[in-house]
Amino acid sequence: MARIAGVDLPKNKKMSFALTYIYGIGPVNSVKILHEANVDENKRTDILSEEEIARIRDVIDTTCKVEGDLRREVSMNIKRLMDLGCYRGLRHRKGLPVRGQRTHSNSRTRRGKRGSMTRR
Amino acid sequence: MARSLKKGPFVDAHLWKKIAGDAAVNSRQVIKTWSRRSTITPEFTGRTFAVHNGRKFIPVFVTENMIGHKLGEFSPTRHFVTHPTDKKIKKVT
Repeated sequence: MARIAGVDLPKNKKMSFALTYIYGIGPVNSVKILHEANVDENKRTDILSEEEIARIRDVIDTTCKVEGDLRREVSMNIKRLMDLGCYRGLRHRKGLPVRGQRTHSNSRTRRGKRGSMTRR
Repeated sequence: MARSLKKGPFVDAHLWKKIAGDAAVNSRQVIKTWSRRSTITPEFTGRTFAVHNGRKFIPVFVTENMIGHKLGEFSPTRHFVTHPTDKKIKKVT
């Protein structure tokens, strides 16, 4: 089983899809990385050689921010907005939509389950 | 869509004049302004602005990481109303 960037890749998937299980790598990035590492994107995860895995790991390390680092960056950006006390930060604090969407209805993803008015 | 870089950040001319003029005289003074649409530029740092929110002026002390935001972002125009929790109501009555 291949382990890249602290994530176990699924066994029976094409590499181009398997890499998207890593936070920060989508379909486009995945293909790009495989191309650069010179690995066939149709290969399954479990038949990859150690050397190929190492090459992929190298490319990911040098080209993109992934997993913990990326998560930290995102949360730092949000924290910066909250500490500034600007409008977007206030919306983050209250758990309301940040980009000017309506709140009369919808926006359930941000506001959570209907009915519960509990806020931090 | 983002503003073209070619033009540079937008600051209302009347506000810009105040900052440029004040900098020489007295930089402690609070600048009262209605220009919520002006971008905060490095020249603004360390100054206090009284930014109008439609009803009153909200004092905004500009720090370095506010650069690039607009003045209006720091002066909320809406009042967020929440219902008091039941416990508090009982205590009051």
